[in-house]
Amino acid sequence: MKVELTVNGKDITADVEDRTLLVHFLRDTADLTATNIGCDTTSCGACTVLLDGESIKSCTVLAAQADGRSVTTLEGLASDTGEMHPVQRAFHTEHGLQCGYCTPGMVMAIVSMLKENPSPTEAEVREGLEGNICRCTGYHNIVQAALTAAAAIGAQEAAQ
Amino acid sequence: MIPPSFTYVRASSVDEALGLAAEHGEDAKYLAGGHSLLPMMKLRLAFPEVLIDLGRITELSYVRDEDDHVTIGAMTRHHDVATSALLTSEVPLLAHTAGEVGDPQIRHRGTIGGSVAHGDAASDLPATLLALDALFVIRGASGTRAVPAAAFFKGIFETAIEPGELLIEIQVPKPAVPSAWSFQKFTKRKIDWAIVGVAVQGSSVALINMGLTPLRASAVEAALASGASIADASALAAEGASPGTDIHASRAYREHLARVLVRRALEEAAARS
Repeated sequence: MKVELTVNGKDITADVEDRTLLVHFLRDTADLTATNIGCDTTSCGACTVLLDGESIKSCTVLAAQADGRSVTTLEGLASDTGEMHPVQRAFHTEHGLQCGYCTPGMVMAIVSMLKENPSPTEAEVREGLEGNICRCTGYHNIVQAALTAAAAIGAQEAAQ
Repeated sequence: MIPPSFTYVRASSVDEALGLAAEHGEDAKYLAGGHSLLPMMKLRLAFPEVLIDLGRITELSYVRDEDDHVTIGAMTRHHDVATSALLTSEVPLLAHTAGEVGDPQIRHRGTIGGSVAHGDAASDLPATLLALDALFVIRGASGTRAVPAAAFFKGIFETAIEPGELLIEIQVPKPAVPSAWSFQKFTKRKIDWAIVGVAVQGSSVALINMGLTPLRASAVEAALASGASIADASALAAEGASPGTDIHASRAYREHLARVLVRRALEEAAARS
């Protein structure tokens, strides 16, 4: 079937099999490979992207279900001039990764979480990341990165 | 993993969905949020030849105040149930339960109707809706009917919905004392299905994963009605239940958990009310 998605602001039209999963569409058709496939069973969160601004697991959504809608992947977060998104920057400054496999999903889950709850407590961050698994870090620096990003976004908005 | 091949069709209204179901017959399945069906297809546990996507039927996404009850469109997402101001104040047990389903990403896609129609005894929402005496509104070619929760869950993944019919709405009576609720869920990881769970509203008690369907803990309810203490009543939590043994827990362990969790739930509900 023919699908037309807006991915990171760019319209992409493609003929895909009806059973094509969004994550395969992103990686193989849109050639955006930041989004990883981890467990492939809706558990680990590595494939998290934003669908119309909200976090979803792209291994459990059909490209057909996202037809006509807007998807944001990790590649779409930085500004046009290459300046990192505050959540990306916070992962850098807080050393919120080790192997990095879960990182794209973690970043997208946190971007979505901070839209719904701009100033979460540490407990709320941990709860908000219940759908994202990291096998390296013990989560501490990831949680710290989310809190640092929330403060940075808050300060940015206060300055505007 | 990629699902087995199927033909994708999209419905934009309830009538169109019913028409597509009639056209494709038993080869077709409705696709709501897809968070039970697509994983089952990827694991080759389900092989529908046609998927009828209900995702664009906006007329089925709502939470409405109807005086003595709240109506919820079947395509309302868990996220929207969990964050509904109306449900948070009038039926907090349901808002809380929706917020316990899966994780944020799953709650952005999964729907209350999809969860109920899937009919999994290990799911959170069916038991909570059973404790709340919800009514399920089903539409088919010959009209619309309402089935009480007590008669809706028939067996493993089996509900009162007949082939071709579509669950369109859930009606939830407003509890007399909304604050007298508790939801207990015992899991290994936060996002797992309950090994055992309990939903309590007032003196109604429902059990998750204690049999082939969500169950009312009738012996507990009867004991409470005849004046038994919470401790004595909750000792009866596994009466009439038939939990399975699996990789997560033995039957005896599940029965023990049911007694412990029912007691905790009744105590919490009593403390809140």
